[in-house]
Amino acid sequence: MGEKKDVWQGTLALMALKTLEALGPLHGYGIARRIEQTSGDLLAVNYGTLYPALLKLEQEGYIASEWGQSDNNRKAKYYKLTRAGRKQLAKEARDWAETTEILARFLGTGKETA
Amino acid sequence: MRQVRAFFLRTAELFRKEKREQEFAAELESNLQLHIDENLRRGMNLEEARRVALVKLGGTEQTKEIYRDRRGHPMLEILWQDTRYALRMLRKNPGFTVVVILMLTLGIGANTAIFSVVNAAIFRPFPFVHPERLVAVYQKTSQFEESSVSYPDILDWQKDNRSFAALSAWRRDTFNLTGSGEAEQYQGLQTSANFMPLLGVQPILGRYFSETENQLGAAPVVLISERVWRNRFGAAQSILGKNLTLNGKDYAVIGVVPATFHWYRDSDVFYPIGQWDSEIFRTRGLSQGTQVIALMKPGVTIAQADADMVAVTANLANTYPDALKGTSAVVVPLREDAVGDIRPLLLVLLGAVGFVLLIACANVANLLLARSAARARELTGGVLGILLAIWGTQAALQLLPTTLPGIVRLDLDMRVLLFALGASLLTGLLFGLAPAWKTVRPNLQETLKEGGRGMEGGRHRAQGIFIVSEIALAMILLVGAGLMLRSLGHLWNVKLGFDPRNVTSFEVSLPPSSKPDAAAIREKNNQLLERLQALPGIEAVSVVFGSLPMSGDSEIPFWVEGQPKPTSQNDMSWSLMYGVSPGYFRAMKIPLLAGRTVSAQDSHTAPLITVIDEEFARKHFPGQDPVGKRLNLMILGPAEIVGVVGHVNHWGLDSDDTAKIRSQLYLAFAQFPDQATTMGANGADFVVRASVPSAAMMQAVRKEISSIDNRQIVNRVSTMEDIVTASQAQRRFSMLLLNGFAAIALLLATVGIYGVVSYLVNQRIHEVGIRMAMGARPRDILRIILGSGGKMALAGIVIGLCASFALTRLMARLLFGVSATDPLTFGGVALLLFGIALAACYLPARRAMRVDPMVALRYE
Repeated sequence: MGEKKDVWQGTLALMALKTLEALGPLHGYGIARRIEQTSGDLLAVNYGTLYPALLKLEQEGYIASEWGQSDNNRKAKYYKLTRAGRKQLAKEARDWAETTEILARFLGTGKETA
Repeated sequence: MRQVRAFFLRTAELFRKEKREQEFAAELESNLQLHIDENLRRGMNLEEARRVALVKLGGTEQTKEIYRDRRGHPMLEILWQDTRYALRMLRKNPGFTVVVILMLTLGIGANTAIFSVVNAAIFRPFPFVHPERLVAVYQKTSQFEESSVSYPDILDWQKDNRSFAALSAWRRDTFNLTGSGEAEQYQGLQTSANFMPLLGVQPILGRYFSETENQLGAAPVVLISERVWRNRFGAAQSILGKNLTLNGKDYAVIGVVPATFHWYRDSDVFYPIGQWDSEIFRTRGLSQGTQVIALMKPGVTIAQADADMVAVTANLANTYPDALKGTSAVVVPLREDAVGDIRPLLLVLLGAVGFVLLIACANVANLLLARSAARARELTGGVLGILLAIWGTQAALQLLPTTLPGIVRLDLDMRVLLFALGASLLTGLLFGLAPAWKTVRPNLQETLKEGGRGMEGGRHRAQGIFIVSEIALAMILLVGAGLMLRSLGHLWNVKLGFDPRNVTSFEVSLPPSSKPDAAAIREKNNQLLERLQALPGIEAVSVVFGSLPMSGDSEIPFWVEGQPKPTSQNDMSWSLMYGVSPGYFRAMKIPLLAGRTVSAQDSHTAPLITVIDEEFARKHFPGQDPVGKRLNLMILGPAEIVGVVGHVNHWGLDSDDTAKIRSQLYLAFAQFPDQATTMGANGADFVVRASVPSAAMMQAVRKEISSIDNRQIVNRVSTMEDIVTASQAQRRFSMLLLNGFAAIALLLATVGIYGVVSYLVNQRIHEVGIRMAMGARPRDILRIILGSGGKMALAGIVIGLCASFALTRLMARLLFGVSATDPLTFGGVALLLFGIALAACYLPARRAMRVDPMVALRYE
């Protein structure tokens, strides 16, 4: 586990939003697992980062939460995307794509001139 | 918008901490269980599954801590903790506590006091009906821009004007109450019948007098103030119709005026001005301090009313050229009249307290930014200060000089206090939260772009801005205070022309007589002078009629004999007039320059003489010897100049040089004509120079006077030194306040810069450690820290200098003998402030110098 990368703060919120969009209502554990799996277990989600990020998203109204039953009858708090959350996800994803494109171009150019 | 929503949600969290705490614990617990379930599914045994899940979950306490921070406002919670901590510290450091509380009490108290005064004087409507239509009307003469008006003129104004719904005369006088109980002196207000109706003031008992009662020969009636009614008559309803003996004459009480009524000064009795039978009072063109208040008709503007009155007075001047030629009238809004002179002072003080408030806000903001427990003490002090401010303000209001506008009472305005408090707290919070907010909620994109340094950078920049502003504001206040101080220094060096030390002035009421007799009054005064002169310790005594330096003035028109008689009184020369007895010049120590002064031989039957001052001689007899020349005096007739004395500073230390009427002439009171002498029937003023202390001397004087006639009362005792001091009361008061504000500002700014530099030093401990490890000497560290503080101080001082340069012009009218941009004051204050700022930086810098590099490197 030591060689796994921690998730960048900030990008975690984006990943959580994306996860909720893809999978529908989900509890914190499920979100964490899904992010780790999607990354091919390259990332390790720290709950000390995840829960505050979820709380922040909820305070901003991008997600909502309520208590429910899990598949194997465990009580769990489920998060789901709100309409504002969907919009925000689209916007953040767009921004992120832009940023990565800029970085990719930047790093790519660096190689060519080298 | 999202941020605002989150802010409110987080604020709401403050009130349901317990529940949310449990809820999150449950969420973490369910998370753990879900993980264990999955691990079990994967085939782990229970123990293994638990272990792996617990490791993954990490330190739950730590997670809860981070979660808590996000959930509420950690800073507010920390602030609360700090406040409790600060309270404990305050209990341990009573000395420091007292300083902090005093400082904040002063700050909040002063703010409230000044806001209350300014609010009452400038913003709040006067407590009368139609205050916006109330005006004062003055006569305008060649000598005075705003002169009081003679009664016959006022009667004509009432008839002739078209602009006013009502126009009323009023005048102050004192009355001696005798009869049952102890004799007392009452402050009287003589008015026309329409005075109270015009202001919309209703008697609480009885009625105001009528137009028919305001005529010569009408039955004497009087109203009394609520205060007199309660104190002297036990608030008896039966007071109506009772008789009051004032100045030896019986007046029927017809009403009681409410205590809320306040007309420049408190009055005890109200009496119809039209019943006054004084001959001089009824002489056209001779104003006896009678003033005019009027209510404009609805829709009439000041300019229209003014034009109307100019036309009315022009007509009167045509009809009565001897008395009125060249005079006119001027209409002044009541507020302007009551507040005009004091407005610049009030606005300067208002600005000054505002600055203090801003500095305090900046400190609160910095406190929030730096989260420094040490400075949380200030905030706690603030809370305690609020309570003390309520008493403190009352005390501060007691200090306000009586020269402040008196149409409204100046009370502590609770609304203003609450406003000042609310405004300062809110500003502090907003100022503090805005930058703090940014640092807590970094925007992902922005932070990435700034390479992760934006947070701390923003915070430091905000603190720097606050400190620079604090220093700039303190600079402005210090410059203002410095200029006032220098003005006062100049004033203390102004030549008085008389020696106020050991001189006491007082008034003696004469025994009442229903028919004033001039010969009797002269006789009484002579008797008093002889008896007082004989008392041990009394060096000189004189009666004073007319003017007394720095407390009252009376002017007389004249022309020099041999020159053609001016066509009207208005074209004549005017001089200050002092009616005295021979002891006056010794009592006041006014030097004789030529000829002789008033002597005992200048009796009622001897030829009229006068003594003039050097200013008079310079103006009217340039290059000649005035002694032996003659003057033609209005009412009195021709008088021979027998001597020249030194000029006396009459109008006040700061204004005598620029006063319009500076010539002074002295007359023997004994030679006054009957009609002038009877004006002093109620009492006479005296000045006494004594070699014994004033209090002891006055005791002997009172005893002597009541032994002559126990109906005589001694009033208005004050030393000449007090009178001179009182003439500067307003300036001294504003200097005291400005200095106080400047001191508070300096303290707050010093604390502020100290706190911020301390904080910066703590932030840079690591860097300091590296520098030391790399071979930097303590001196270099000191230079770096002092440099960063010094830079902020310099920036603040430069901004403050520029702002002062622009702002002190506004207080030019409050200054004396020093320019509003006095380089000495500006430079001195800048140096002082810079020195103090560096000293405030030195303490944390010294701490940085002593840092152990090894400890510093491990820090963080």
